[in-house]
Amino acid sequence: MNTSRKIVLRFPPRLVDQPILYRLVKDYDLQFNILKASITPNEEGILVLELSGKKKDYDEAIRFLAGAGVEVQALIKDVSRQENRCTHCGACITMCPVGALIVNPQTKRIDFLDSKCIACGLCIKPCPVRAMEVRL
Amino acid sequence: MTKSIAEINEKIAKGQAVVVTAEEVIDIAKKKGVAKAAQEIDVVTTGTFGPMCSSGAYFNLGHSKPRTKIGGGTAYLNNVPAYTGLAAVDIFLGATAMPDDDPRNKIHPGDFPYGGGHVIEELVAGKDVRLVATAYGTDCYPRRKVETLINLKSINEAVLFDIRNAYQNYNVAVNLSDRTIYTYMGVLKPHLGNATYSTAGQLSPLFNDPYYKTIGIGTKIFLGGGIGYVAWQGTQHNPNVVRTDKGVPKRGAGTLAVIGDLKQMKPRWLVGTSFIGYGATLTVGIGVAIPILSEEILIYTTVKDEEIFAPIVDYSDAYPQRNPDILGEVDYAQLRSGKIKVQGKDVPTASLSSYSRAVEIANLLKDWIKKGEFLLTQPVAPLPGVESGITFKPMPDRPFEKVD
Repeated sequence: MNTSRKIVLRFPPRLVDQPILYRLVKDYDLQFNILKASITPNEEGILVLELSGKKKDYDEAIRFLAGAGVEVQALIKDVSRQENRCTHCGACITMCPVGALIVNPQTKRIDFLDSKCIACGLCIKPCPVRAMEVRL
Repeated sequence: MTKSIAEINEKIAKGQAVVVTAEEVIDIAKKKGVAKAAQEIDVVTTGTFGPMCSSGAYFNLGHSKPRTKIGGGTAYLNNVPAYTGLAAVDIFLGATAMPDDDPRNKIHPGDFPYGGGHVIEELVAGKDVRLVATAYGTDCYPRRKVETLINLKSINEAVLFDIRNAYQNYNVAVNLSDRTIYTYMGVLKPHLGNATYSTAGQLSPLFNDPYYKTIGIGTKIFLGGGIGYVAWQGTQHNPNVVRTDKGVPKRGAGTLAVIGDLKQMKPRWLVGTSFIGYGATLTVGIGVAIPILSEEILIYTTVKDEEIFAPIVDYSDAYPQRNPDILGEVDYAQLRSGKIKVQGKDVPTASLSSYSRAVEIANLLKDWIKKGEFLLTQPVAPLPGVESGITFKPMPDRPFEKVD
């Protein structure tokens, strides 16, 4: 039985320079299609990819990733902001791993750049007024 | 040059007062010089909009038929418990109160989606709220249970009464440990992954009147979108901290207790707030108008972000252990630049208080004054200043013998 899923992988700094994806192909016979990637040396890396292959191989690969210290989560389809709820405090900006939430230097308001958003969902719970919403 | 509040109010009533915000005054004084600016400007408006946990509201619910003595019983508003240790139908709801069945941090970090602050926001928005109250029953108050919808129009008094708001300065929070921590300063990532802070800096009321020379008990203020008053110094009011040459406190210092009619406030300025892993609270909008009585007062209002310093505190150990160590000081211009240096590392910064909303409050207050709708007040008594000798007391453990 084959499976294909979109997932978000978060690499701690110590793993950023290791060939993890290569192992997925070589050891688990999986195919991957990178949707978005953001990796900076000495910082956390984020990779959004579609992973497909045999269900058994897929499950083992996910276990391998978790065991190696990579955080794996399912890709949320879409994150949006309830504009009437957001107070533009900025608590979200250091939560976002890809800079999709930034302080606008002119208005001092928080801009949400949804083209940059990888829908990892890391901003949802830290928002003090819970203005960020997940659409499934 | 000196002016009196009465003179300024005369100009406000005639629509002739010159009013600027605490942000605008910085450039005006720089261009025109302090003497000229102090002569021309009558009022400087300030603002702040941030989570303030020692907020709450009291209500007089009106009397049910037959009567119910809720005092000494229990009362819940949308499942959030209110304090009932008062007369029959007076209750107090605190911003951080949570439903009895909220799991809190049983599964860490807890979500805290709904608490007292959220109830206050819904009431101010005009919504119906479920009141469930129980009583023990007396001859004059026989009823033992009330379950009814209430709203701000249906009850007698609804008064916002915050016993500590508008902190004059606050810590910058970081995390030196190797795990993510969940605090009232937000989510702090391990190994100095981020730094959070929470004041409006150069716009914040008490930074613009560092020695409380104009703000005192009885001062009329912008509170939650309506009118409020300074009721007292806030709890933990601590004027005796280290200050800059210009008098700006470099640690958390003065605070305000404020009060105002909830019925004329607006949900845009009182927002129910949740800190993952910490709890529920209320984000409050406050603005204070400072009368420019002298050049000295004007100089205080020209304070700018690069002249305001805050201590950097490790919330993984120093803060919880009440250890006084700080990791350094940083100014608000650096904090607002998006990055500060801590222990040689670049640390991205995030604010918990909304600067853009603080600007909006200062401008709203400015408009009210320009239109003659908001007159200034002479405090009826000063807030305790540096001379008060107030010190900030810890709570030492003093064991007592337990008796059955």
